[in-house]
Amino acid sequence: MELVRISTAGSVDDGKSTLIGRLLHDNNALTKEQETLVLQKTKEKGWDDLDLSVITDGLVAEREQGITIDVAHIYFSTDTHKFIIADSPGHIEYTRNMVTGASTAETSIILVDARKGLLEQSFRHFFISILLKLDSVIFCVNKMDLVDYDEDRFLKIAIEIKNMVSDLGEKIPFKILPVSSLKGDNVVVKSKKMKWYTGPTLNEILHDSNSKKSVKQPFRFDVQQVYHAQNKDFVDFRGFAGRVVSGTISTGDRVRTFPSGNESVVTEIRRYTDVLNEASADDSVVLSLADEIDISRGSTICLADSSATKEQKELSATVVWLDEKPALQGSKLIFKVGARESLSKIQSINYTIDPASPKNHLTSSQIELNDISNVDLKLSKPIFMDSYSENKKNGVFLLVDPQSNATVGVGFAD
Amino acid sequence: MTNKHLYKLENESIYILREVAAQFKKPVLLFSGGKDSIVMARLAQKAFYPSKIPFSFMHIDTGHNFPETIAFRDEIVKKLDVNLIVRYVQDSIDENKVQEEAGKYASRNALQTVTLLDAIEEFGFDVCIGGARRDEEKSRAKERIFSVRDDFGQWDYKNQRPEPFQMLNGKIQFGENVRAFPISNWTEEDIWTYILQENLDLPTVYFAHQRKLVKRDGALIAHSDFLNIVESDEIEEQSVRFRTVGDMTCTAAFLSTADTVEKVLKENMASKHSERGARIDDKRSESALEDRKKGGYF
Repeated sequence: MELVRISTAGSVDDGKSTLIGRLLHDNNALTKEQETLVLQKTKEKGWDDLDLSVITDGLVAEREQGITIDVAHIYFSTDTHKFIIADSPGHIEYTRNMVTGASTAETSIILVDARKGLLEQSFRHFFISILLKLDSVIFCVNKMDLVDYDEDRFLKIAIEIKNMVSDLGEKIPFKILPVSSLKGDNVVVKSKKMKWYTGPTLNEILHDSNSKKSVKQPFRFDVQQVYHAQNKDFVDFRGFAGRVVSGTISTGDRVRTFPSGNESVVTEIRRYTDVLNEASADDSVVLSLADEIDISRGSTICLADSSATKEQKELSATVVWLDEKPALQGSKLIFKVGARESLSKIQSINYTIDPASPKNHLTSSQIELNDISNVDLKLSKPIFMDSYSENKKNGVFLLVDPQSNATVGVGFAD
Repeated sequence: MTNKHLYKLENESIYILREVAAQFKKPVLLFSGGKDSIVMARLAQKAFYPSKIPFSFMHIDTGHNFPETIAFRDEIVKKLDVNLIVRYVQDSIDENKVQEEAGKYASRNALQTVTLLDAIEEFGFDVCIGGARRDEEKSRAKERIFSVRDDFGQWDYKNQRPEPFQMLNGKIQFGENVRAFPISNWTEEDIWTYILQENLDLPTVYFAHQRKLVKRDGALIAHSDFLNIVESDEIEEQSVRFRTVGDMTCTAAFLSTADTVEKVLKENMASKHSERGARIDDKRSESALEDRKKGGYF
């Protein structure tokens, strides 16, 4: 079974919830209870077509307002794949939820209303997909039924999309296809109304995606806890529990640890009662080392090679602001990378990015909710991390407000 | 391990459990003896081995549980060598903090919230680890992994902390409390596949057995002293099993002959019904669970 994580994004009323409902319905993945709900709601509203949006909008306020407020996670499987869909809200004020939803995804589906073409939100969604370094993006030009399944209309929007992609100058694999979630065209079933489209359906594209493990990255291990055990099976056991952030480690490898800079050799890689020869990205294991060196929560273990050299006290980063209270130059925030923590201060706000024309840098004196800005940060103690462009998993951090404890920003180290 | 997909989910859950243990002062794992909490117990074993599980287990006992589940709960806790705290809804009723519901649909499910919040205060727990899954119900699908609750245990869905890249922020003010959900991304099928893979024991009610039942509104409910039986109820005996195990009064049985994990797994997957469809409490309204959650329920 292949596990594929997808995120969906669209502006309000682009039909995102209906698309997901359609995907589940036509894959025969709805439960009897969901089917009953769809039929009942469709009847209440007096619609001709099934109201499939009711499957995902989980909160009372969402159903009342007909919009998605927070990320919903939807699970379904087919014979070969298991899918986790993070259904993120489209409205600009919920951009923060979209960042959350898309951050763990491999592929994002961006919906575009065939009547409207690209909107400001579409640029934002695409920019965030690029920022989050997703493996691919699928543009679904939805509501084709409302433009009489017109090929010219689709081609016109496809050109808009291609221009947007090339303007950003980033290489990301993408696909564009015409769909109607309401009627079911090209979601799972090939459209009979759009014979002019000969490409794959959304379902076929999704089944073609494979998750990639970042094993080629340098080894980074984030120590969550130190375990001591002294019992009948273990004498003086000392191990470091954590998750492999990136790369691979084998028994016998020489490692360097931060913040101390001390080196040692891996003597054991343990997962519960199993002793493993190696562990790679995302694995939760316990490492033991040959020497008694100073390691605690927040330490990083790396291979003792040339890449593991830098601890930083100052860095530049792109930050997406997630809080209603804006950030100012001089704002003090808790900086958090995995288990590593430090106080930080915004030294300067360099510029804010306009997602609709990302090369156009705006100057600003503060970072407001949903702003994407470049800042200089100063840390109270040195932290070992990579640049986001070199090592995605070890280059991303959270910013936490020390007063309210709220998660106020997510950052990507330059 | 052969199942790549389960290995990924296990990695994620172990990571979350370790973050809970590291970020909070006094965690507790909510443990009912049901299948999800049994999987949670195994994950906790794996996460902290060779150290001991660094927190107590707690059960909010409605007094209406299946006796088989309670017996099983005590047995597994002994095997794991963890401390079990039990707090009783009956005590909250006796203290006049909550009132027993009346009528034929009376259930103690919603009353649990008061007992739970009292227990959190009594022991000063700053985080409760729960086995809720996002695939269970629509409002559950909206939960974060760390769900911050205020002084009153309330869930504010508009004010949830973003968790990009699964980076978890468990910082809270004094009096606040977090509900942590390590198996958020598991589905019912994953749970059963994992039970099979890990060879975990389950209470007997999960497997087909002969039972005296009350047929009401098309659902089969276990016959017990806790149920207010009315004239229109039909009483019959059948071979059934329970797919989800809550209170005897509000969990419906399925006709089944599946008596092994393999058979249950096969039968569940062939069924188009959802697991939560057997929870009679959720059928009170479309937002029944969301309403309970906002009030501090799990």
